[in-house]
Amino acid sequence: MPKDELKSEFRLIGTRPDRPDGLDKVTGRARYGADMALPGMLFAAVVRSPHAHARILKIDASAALALDGVKAVVTRADFPTGLTGEDWNLQENSMAGDVALYDGHAVAAIAATSRLLAEDAAKLIKVDYEVLPHVIDVDDALRMDAPVIRAGAGDHTVPEGSPPNVSKYIEFGHGDLEAGFAAADLVREQTYKTEATHQGYIEPHACVAQLGADGKGEMWVCTQGQWYIRRMCSAVLGLEASQLRVTPSEIGGGFGGKTIIFMEPLALALSRKAGGRPVKLVMSRSDVLRATGPTASASMDVKLGMTKDGKLTAAHVNFRMQGGAFTGASPVGEALSCALACYDIPAVMHNGVEVLANRPKAAAYRAPGSPMAAFAVECLLDEMCHELGLDPLDVRLKNAVHEGVKASYGPTYAKIGLVEVLQAVKAHPNLLAKLGPNQGRGIASGFWFNHGGETSVSLAIGEDGTVTVSVGTPDVGGGRASIALMTAETLGIAYEAVRVNVVETGALGVNEPSHGSRATFASGKAAVEAARSAIREMCRRAAKEWGIDEEAVEWKDGAAMPAGPNAGKFPPMSIAEIAAKMGGTGGPISGHHETNADGVGASFGAHVVDVEVDPETGRTTILRYLVVQDAGRAIHPAYVEGQYQGGAVQGIGWALNEEYVYGANGRLQNAVFLDYRIPVASDLPMIDTVIVEVPNPGHPYGVRGVGETGITPPLPAVANAVAMATGVRLRSLPLSPPKVLAAIKAKGRA
Amino acid sequence: MSKIHVSAVVNGDPVDFLADPRESLLDCLRDQLGLTGSKEGCGTGDCGACSVVMDGVLVCSCLVLGVEAEGKKVETVEGLADVGALHPLQRKFIEHAALQCGFCTPGILVASKALLDQNPDPTETEVRYWLAGNLCRCTGYDKIVRAVMDAAQEMREAV
Repeated sequence: MPKDELKSEFRLIGTRPDRPDGLDKVTGRARYGADMALPGMLFAAVVRSPHAHARILKIDASAALALDGVKAVVTRADFPTGLTGEDWNLQENSMAGDVALYDGHAVAAIAATSRLLAEDAAKLIKVDYEVLPHVIDVDDALRMDAPVIRAGAGDHTVPEGSPPNVSKYIEFGHGDLEAGFAAADLVREQTYKTEATHQGYIEPHACVAQLGADGKGEMWVCTQGQWYIRRMCSAVLGLEASQLRVTPSEIGGGFGGKTIIFMEPLALALSRKAGGRPVKLVMSRSDVLRATGPTASASMDVKLGMTKDGKLTAAHVNFRMQGGAFTGASPVGEALSCALACYDIPAVMHNGVEVLANRPKAAAYRAPGSPMAAFAVECLLDEMCHELGLDPLDVRLKNAVHEGVKASYGPTYAKIGLVEVLQAVKAHPNLLAKLGPNQGRGIASGFWFNHGGETSVSLAIGEDGTVTVSVGTPDVGGGRASIALMTAETLGIAYEAVRVNVVETGALGVNEPSHGSRATFASGKAAVEAARSAIREMCRRAAKEWGIDEEAVEWKDGAAMPAGPNAGKFPPMSIAEIAAKMGGTGGPISGHHETNADGVGASFGAHVVDVEVDPETGRTTILRYLVVQDAGRAIHPAYVEGQYQGGAVQGIGWALNEEYVYGANGRLQNAVFLDYRIPVASDLPMIDTVIVEVPNPGHPYGVRGVGETGITPPLPAVANAVAMATGVRLRSLPLSPPKVLAAIKAKGRA
Repeated sequence: MSKIHVSAVVNGDPVDFLADPRESLLDCLRDQLGLTGSKEGCGTGDCGACSVVMDGVLVCSCLVLGVEAEGKKVETVEGLADVGALHPLQRKFIEHAALQCGFCTPGILVASKALLDQNPDPTETEVRYWLAGNLCRCTGYDKIVRAVMDAAQEMREAV
């Protein structure tokens, strides 16, 4: 490893400058998905199924089309046929085929000259349905006699004789499970359930799309990944990817839910049918909740073996997850892999099934699968610690994974920071706070793999020596700032001299979205490499001018200079001087790097929460909250803290309030923010954070990525705290006041 | 349905627009007047991203009809900054990293200014309850509350 990669002293990294997009975002100037308008633009509305499961017998749009100002109606008949695999899933989810598969499934779409006209006309589209039996709950969907959603949908992994809605089966593990459980002093087995939740980004999906008869199109869209939008829309509509130019707007939150397409192909199809006029399509909040990516719901069995001094000897997890009516949408594989990843356990076994249900196609949500798995495993671990009279933090430390340990999901860990995280938890003053009546403290660990992925970054030296960096990862929460900091650090120039632009699909090679906690890791790594490449060229230009070998030139403090006394005596040549002359010394100077970014560093965190439960209402109040997580290196610590705090609060919402509530008819009952209640400011205290830094050797500045792990520990941490506060253990989320109250009352009667 | 002519004052400027009687003030601000700083997160008055002040009253502009603005004074996020000088709340939001995606930020800034206009020295609890109608999904509210408290202190000291 080059020496500079071990640096721990930095000029800019670890400072907290203003984010480059801050001014736009506090003045209302930043342009999000719905803020775009184009000349001649039409407005779209979508007709959605009111049934959870229904055969579409007939769609009659004649009355709508008869209205002046209505320009196009599209149904599934306007899409190509013959798609397979995930492309078919995406097409089917964008627009129902023969059967509507969930409440809110798109059935038709209409474009008109105004939004109100489009909405009025949509009501005139008559759809005849034959209502079919439906199934919502994950365990109900697994019954042999459950309504069949798609016969033969299961892949080759599904064992013979499985229930008809099973679409995937997973099994892996290592070690001698039987011997492991035999070596334990205490073996416990429990079942846990979590409900589906929504990512809950405040910005509804929105796009402006234009597609001509020549197959050339453009789209402005709020997305985490413009290339994913391009590829998916092209597949669903039968276009050539490079003919579709996708420009990402500013994004009003995504959390995984804006990595795939929902209504975008409808806008393109409407535009094509309306003679190529641009079409704007903005979802309502209820459309967002009914028809875009919630996460999966889960039913999970966990069996753990523990010695009386707290050593885990064996673990078996068996998970069931539904991710809607589409195969491969649930994160059951990730959930299994994350379930036991925090602990060094000699024998582990994982089994899981995915099952189809009449719900929307699940999308990624911040560490997909890991929060549910943590809820199951970290709660049972807590229960066993209490049964054995052991300190739950000490037990976690005793079993914590570290470098060289074989992970439960297979690989051997490189340098990781769970032990350092748990030690930092132990040293934190929040653990000294005294608890009163009806109060409890919960602790839990959490894990996420992190991700590298396809990445392409370009960097250009401007005429005055300032620098433009083009990245393909939309800025979801300070990415521009962290990439500017790393670029400026590498080049030895001011942070303010770097502008980071998130660019459209035509400007770079293919980039994966801002997902997997990868934007600062992967785009940052590529930006550093691009900067190094530009530095090499600038050194060449200086060497040429000085008439010395380019190897005799080094880059320091934003300037080329002779490398040592033997190289010759020349004053440093600054980036500005080199840039001013570049037209005459060989032309433009730029750097470029593309990679399938490797060197990913796994992420661990631990949370401690103190709660008070009102015994008369069952309402839980968060008194204190602590997040400790290994960032590898915090490039911009304020935005690292922000990720920790935001992830924790999403997890608190999942633990206490958020759930998809379905009626007996299979319709979503709480498709507005009043009823789908995400945490509000008055629900919460300050969220304390500690950034642990165990640098990732796979990144030039040690970055691991920080976005996702933070949502994982809150579910079990809150549940463990509520159990301590009330003396009753609830094994299904959310811990809503009526559920907690009923449990307290049941205990009183017992 | 025929449209109705509306005259109002928005951020100090006289404006005229034609509103369908079914259109919200938010739609009129965004679509008729090009003031897209106010956002629609829900359309049902639950998220506060569309917060504006109308004749001194903090409202969700998605719950006000455009025609109700006739003769009224409306203040939006676009009117917060003086020419060349940000409002202290705007500066403190950037300084404290109190925004991530930034979509809720305009509504939270407008609501926070309305709080400080009537209560220049709010407690943390008062800030949290005042902003309980402004949803933020990114930050967990910690840095938002700190930014509002810090801006309030600076504004008190400047008096």
